[in-house]
Amino acid sequence: MTAQIAKSSIPGPMQALWNIVRFLLKSPTSAFGLIVIAVLVIVALLAPWIATHDPYAQDLQNVLQAPGGAHLFGTDELGRDIFSRIVWGTRITLTIIFLVSIVVGPIGLAVGTTSGYIGGKFDTVMMRITDIFLSFPSLILSLAFVAALGPSLNNAIIAIALTSWPPIARLARAETLTFRSADYVAAARLQGASTGRIIFKSIVPMCLPSVLIRITLNMATVILTAAGLGFLGLGAQPPMPEWGAMIAMGRRYMIDSWWLVTFPGIAILCVSLAFNLLGDGLRDALDPKQMNRK
Amino acid sequence: MRRSKIARWGLFPAAGEAPAPRRKLNLRPIGAQLFTVGVTLFGLLVLTFVIGRMMPADPVRAIVGEDATRETYEMVFRQLGLDRPIWEQFFIYLRDVLTGNFGLSIRTGQPVIQDILHVLPATIELATFAIIIGATLGVTLGVIAAVNKDRWPDHLVRVFSLMGHSMPIFWTGMIGLLLFYAYFGWVGGSGRMESFYIGLVDDVTGFLLIDSIIAGDWEVFWSAVNHLILPASILGYSSSAYITRMTRSFMLDQINQEYITTARVKGLSSRQTIWRHAFLNIRVQLVTIVALAYGSLLEGAVLIETVFAWPGFGQYLTSNLLIGDMNAVMTCVLIVGVIFIALNLISDMLYRIFDPRTR
Repeated sequence: MTAQIAKSSIPGPMQALWNIVRFLLKSPTSAFGLIVIAVLVIVALLAPWIATHDPYAQDLQNVLQAPGGAHLFGTDELGRDIFSRIVWGTRITLTIIFLVSIVVGPIGLAVGTTSGYIGGKFDTVMMRITDIFLSFPSLILSLAFVAALGPSLNNAIIAIALTSWPPIARLARAETLTFRSADYVAAARLQGASTGRIIFKSIVPMCLPSVLIRITLNMATVILTAAGLGFLGLGAQPPMPEWGAMIAMGRRYMIDSWWLVTFPGIAILCVSLAFNLLGDGLRDALDPKQMNRK
Repeated sequence: MRRSKIARWGLFPAAGEAPAPRRKLNLRPIGAQLFTVGVTLFGLLVLTFVIGRMMPADPVRAIVGEDATRETYEMVFRQLGLDRPIWEQFFIYLRDVLTGNFGLSIRTGQPVIQDILHVLPATIELATFAIIIGATLGVTLGVIAAVNKDRWPDHLVRVFSLMGHSMPIFWTGMIGLLLFYAYFGWVGGSGRMESFYIGLVDDVTGFLLIDSIIAGDWEVFWSAVNHLILPASILGYSSSAYITRMTRSFMLDQINQEYITTARVKGLSSRQTIWRHAFLNIRVQLVTIVALAYGSLLEGAVLIETVFAWPGFGQYLTSNLLIGDMNAVMTCVLIVGVIFIALNLISDMLYRIFDPRTR
């Protein structure tokens, strides 16, 4: 009964998604964002077929070759093909985005919905904790976590996830506050549903769309933070073809061989710009309900 | 619909940016706010303490070295207070921090806080220049975008500022060096000045521009400006995205109000209505935005300082990260947190002082 009421008020998720995509494709900027992200996913999936060389294969006969000929984007200081490394790097980027998102979403939802629904002292304490995390720039806090955990790609992902849940929690809490006194929640409570059940079955599904959108908006920052950590040598370790780490390695040869840093940088720029443009479009596509967030 | 879109621009900051200060518009009494700040500061200390204790590296080994005897190890272990219960350790940490004792740097052997105070002016100089550039750029573009809403200048500004927000700043820095230093030779390269000037000017304030004026050495001054301009522009550009977006939404809020229509009907030119009426009304909001943007500059400064070999706070932080000097790292993190909280507080206060409605 409760579920039916809840469901009837929102259109089918696929229909909603399709509406959003249609809205986004109307604007040239967000359409560009969507297309770049689609290309990114396709390249990551088909990496073995798109890459022209083995991303790890060193060829000391052909180091620092300029772009053109056999190597589309040239070769690096160990003769590895830069184009192939960038292609394989899409997988690392997508992995980071995916892992951060699946950690951040549930943590943010759990903290936000419980503190919004339970309220009172619990809410105050949880929101104070959230504020403490929010009082740092995300890169600095990630740096501190990675420093403590030790540099590696996995730790970088953990650190980024630890620093990016607070905005999600705040959003989920704000959403929860608008639903907690709704009739359907009261009905569920009168039927004797436990607090956990109400949060999980009645509140979380309502917060999900806006949380998913917020996670998408956050992806550009995740990419830039991960690249920054990689650049500082605290993220993915060589010889992994992570774009930030590639730029760090190419730095020494930058003056004579510009292609070492230029192409990975353009790749980062394109992907994070795409997510930012998409986010900008999503913001316009949101329904007015989303406005009363904090 | 139009209004709702505007409100969304303001109320829903882009990912990774500080939350819009609009949230801060409430009328909490100052006392309650100071209490909140106190609690946040305490939380900050707990967080840095926990991160500091989480590390896998052995702090004792870092001090005594690999081949110390068991006795020396035990002694240092006790000296550091690591044998005490974790609660006691935390209170000792708290006491130390409150009395200004942040421990010694493993690398230099000096108090960490002294090292940091030594490098901080370089970063403040860079960040201040950057925020001047960023605010000028951001406010101008924001007003242009708002006045031309949904026309091509608006779209152009949107793409331009999103570009600045999407660029990996360390990469922009390198490309900037490659183009403007190596290729065109328009600006100075890495560091704060040409290496042959180092040591010529007395270190009075730590701010090179001021020090060189005090010393009356204009060659050093111009060398410093030459080296400052590129990293500051890049940092400023990346921070202008946020300022542009907020300026645009504030301006749109004003432009749609009736007093603007009245001013136009009265016969004022559109330039006068925009700059004399609408813009003057968003000054206060802009000041708070710029204060917050100044804080987020620190993040970019960490990366840009690494690229430009800028002997500032960011480079100090990253170089100590790589050698695992946790005392130095945690103090840096603590200081960034405190700066952030302070900037939030200041922007809040400014609002109270300048906006008569909040009284």
